[in-house]
Amino acid sequence: MHELSITQSMLEIVLKQAEQARAKKVTKINLVIGELTGVVSDSVQFYLDFLTKDTIAEGAAVSVTLLPSQAKCRTCNQTFKLEEFDWTCPHCQGNIVDVISGKELLVESIEVE
Amino acid sequence: MEIKVLKDILGANEQLAAKNRELLDSKKVFAVNVMASPGAGKTSVVLQTIKALKGKVRIGVIEGDIASSIDAETVAKEGVPVVQINTGGECHLEAIQIQNALNNLPLADIDLLLIENVGNLVCPAEFSLGEHLKILIASVPEGDDKPYKYPLMFNTVDALVLNKIDLLPYVKFNVDTFTKTVKNINTKVEIFKMSCTTGEGVQAWAKWLTAKMKLK
Repeated sequence: MHELSITQSMLEIVLKQAEQARAKKVTKINLVIGELTGVVSDSVQFYLDFLTKDTIAEGAAVSVTLLPSQAKCRTCNQTFKLEEFDWTCPHCQGNIVDVISGKELLVESIEVE
Repeated sequence: MEIKVLKDILGANEQLAAKNRELLDSKKVFAVNVMASPGAGKTSVVLQTIKALKGKVRIGVIEGDIASSIDAETVAKEGVPVVQINTGGECHLEAIQIQNALNNLPLADIDLLLIENVGNLVCPAEFSLGEHLKILIASVPEGDDKPYKYPLMFNTVDALVLNKIDLLPYVKFNVDTFTKTVKNINTKVEIFKMSCTTGEGVQAWAKWLTAKMKLK
């Protein structure tokens, strides 16, 4: 059910932007989703189809760019991909790391007519 | 035609959370977002915290559940102000629901507000409520592999209570492995071992919490 409220918030942003651009129709919504958020793009599309009925975004397709989870080590300053079972820096074995990518949830752009 | 947007989908929630935080700060209320999977012992930890701090800290509670007011009724018996939020299917609390709940609580008479989130290790991690601390209750029967499966939740919290340690002799749960995994994902997290049944570990937790409140 997580995706329902996210899709609602996303649609508010989309409709506001489309209105400002005086668009007649929204055909595509491009999202950027970080891997760590666990948001399922199929669910987003499902809720969107339901929520956009009778709006100018009815029938819009969702395209998702999935961002991998990455961290930066505070000890050696190198970045690395976060593995599922271990958030230890593979370069220096340090374990104080900052997540620098993977928590994103953005409307990147919309395609309108 | 393509229009660049680049807007955070959770931005609206973040703005409301910031407003909640302002209100809480102005009323000198310290708020804690209590998260866990269903059955880990959120309500039990809330009750133990109320008992441990009785007479020292004035507590208020917000209970978040998909349905029912069972938890609110249990907590109300302790004589503290409580507001129940039923999310009606939604799997997490959002800032707007907290805003409404805050309007229904006597904030001037509350020092510590415990917000019991909906039982879930996924979505609550992403929705700020305006709280000062995020804590996670994990419990022994859930298994020591949970940090692997829900890294964002384990990464987000300031403190973790490992509840039901009285069951350790009966359950395959390696406390050292668990602690090490949690620390790998979140180096700053404080870990408290607790049993709400025997009361073990409750005082250490209550002491840390009150110290945090004073630091604010």
